Amino acid sequence: MSFITLQNIQKSFGATQVVRDFTLGIEKGEFVSLLGPSGCGKTTVLRMMAGFETQTSGTIVLDGQDMGGLPANRRRIGMVFQSYALFPNLTVAENVAFGLKIAGTPRAEAARRVDEMLGMVGLSGFGARYPFQLSGGQQQRVALARAIAPRPRVLLLDEPLSALDAKIRISLRSEIRAIQRELGITTLFVTHDQEEAMSMSDRVVVMSGGRAEQVGAPSEIYNRPATRFVAEFIGSLNLVPGTVRDAATGAIETPAGVIALGRTLPQANGSAVSLAIRPEGLHIGQDGNVVLNARVADSEFLGSIIRLRVMAGGNTPLVIARFNREGHTVPEPGQELTVSANASDIIVLDGVA
Amino acid sequence: MKSGRIFSALFFGLACLYFLLPLVGTLEFSLRARRGEYSLDAYRNVLADPQFHQTIGYSFILSLATIVLGVLIVAPTAFWVRLKLPRLRPVVEFLTLMPLVIPPIVIVFGYIRLYNTSSWLPLLGSAAGSDFLLVCGYATLSLPYMYRAIDTGLRAIDVGTLTEAAQSLGAGWVTVLARVILPNILTAILSGAFLTFAIVIGEYVLAALLNRPAFGPYMVWMGGNKAYEPAALAVVAFGITWASMGLIQLFSRFSKHTQARR
Ligand SMILES: Nc1ncnc2c1ncn2[C@@H]1O[C@H](COP(=O)(O)OP(=O)(O)O)[C@@H](O)[C@H]1O
Ligand SMILES: [Mg+2]
Repeated sequence: MSFITLQNIQKSFGATQVVRDFTLGIEKGEFVSLLGPSGCGKTTVLRMMAGFETQTSGTIVLDGQDMGGLPANRRRIGMVFQSYALFPNLTVAENVAFGLKIAGTPRAEAARRVDEMLGMVGLSGFGARYPFQLSGGQQQRVALARAIAPRPRVLLLDEPLSALDAKIRISLRSEIRAIQRELGITTLFVTHDQEEAMSMSDRVVVMSGGRAEQVGAPSEIYNRPATRFVAEFIGSLNLVPGTVRDAATGAIETPAGVIALGRTLPQANGSAVSLAIRPEGLHIGQDGNVVLNARVADSEFLGSIIRLRVMAGGNTPLVIARFNREGHTVPEPGQELTVSANASDIIVLDGVA
Repeated sequence: MKSGRIFSALFFGLACLYFLLPLVGTLEFSLRARRGEYSLDAYRNVLADPQFHQTIGYSFILSLATIVLGVLIVAPTAFWVRLKLPRLRPVVEFLTLMPLVIPPIVIVFGYIRLYNTSSWLPLLGSAAGSDFLLVCGYATLSLPYMYRAIDTGLRAIDVGTLTEAAQSLGAGWVTVLARVILPNILTAILSGAFLTFAIVIGEYVLAALLNRPAFGPYMVWMGGNKAYEPAALAVVAFGITWASMGLIQLFSRFSKHTQARR
């Protein structure tokens, strides 16, 4: 039994179903992200966990306790909002002390805890300020300190960085993660930003249309997308349409020629599939076991990375990414070259792109 | 562009005249108690009248009670409607307008019918009971103003998220209202309070028909029996109202956390 178990959660608002058969287990101390496009139901899952919405069916169990019917204020679950939601009439210290006061923490101990929390988020000495006197990033740090001060069992964050500047967003990512690790607090983080989810999480839940499409470690999600949606949503991807010729040997006919993957496919002979491969899975040269001839269409120099657009086998567009190393020349448009890949890097997805 | 500005200045001037002329007339008249010269005699008489002190003291205390009752009724209602029943807002807004449509005399006759000495709940049989009914009536009359003031205050803050933030920190409904919502709409509550105060101080019908010694009936009685004193009384009443308005400004200026927003 996981520390948190969400079991077969369904949620409808009126006639529209927003969360479908959502099941997820989270271990103690884990940092899990819900990742998906806007409107896919991430916030709704988080709000059901927090107790602000009630699921239509399904159960949520936290540390062996069924959350059903337990009001939000008795769940001991901390929450951080995109809009910070600091109490504007209270100072920073009073904001952080809010939950402690309600819990009846003795004054001296609460003061000590507030100092400790403000130190942790790097805002020592800001206690007497009012929220309006802080920048967005500082306000969100206070909100984080406020949420963790009463030692909640779980920390929920709903797009906490989305309202911030890019630079602060990136530095706060690692700060949140560091604090989470230090406290060992079980955390559920909602974002629509894949980079955020991938860089911060132990595990990522990719959601679409109210469903969990795939749950896994960031590398697993990236390298082994389980569904077409995940493959297309995470990172960029080359998709080549094809038809299974021999499922036993993994032979697939594509516009660029027959590609042999050398492994058994679950699809039936004759079914339409798409081959997916990351730009960085394609190499120039012949060192892979799938080799295609291609012509360079154009190239983009992006500093550390060079991105090439090529036409393989005459009319199949592919994007290739490779590191820029000294001594390497950037191929010219029109140049002919050989492109190769490892068959194991090629993912076979059902249906045509 | 330029003619627009001239027009607005013109209209502003006209509006000022419209409001100020009667006031100036009243003020001027109140100073003419002594023949042939201006004097403060009328004011002296008014302020020396023990009934003035009694009635205004009485009305002041009742207005405080009305404000407390009004805030206790309106703030949780407006909060709940905003948070949980946004679709009911037009209905509630309409209901709060009813006191402007239904004359106070209807309310007071209703009270007399329901709570007279031979009724099931003879509130009107005692002074305290009558005072209670009067406060209820005042709270009804000030409902449109109190509701609008508080609702405007609630619109300025993110009620939903602040409530949820407080709940996730362990706060129950009473704590949410008392420690998060009310302090953040204090300026709005104050403006509703001062409007209520102005209404209660000048109200006549309810107090007269319930036969309570309020300031409104006293003013009317003065008007029927004296010449210059009623004008002086009117000026004093205006002064009180304006002082209330000034206090609204002062309070909103001095609430620390709102300084940045204005
Ligand atoms: N209170 C509500 N009433 C009706 N529909 C809602 C409500 N809350 C969310 N929805 C709908 O549910 C869907 C998922 O919303 P949400 O969980 O906020 O998505 P996300 O956080 O992934 O962007 C959206 O289509 C949204 O319009
Ligand atoms: Mg959301």
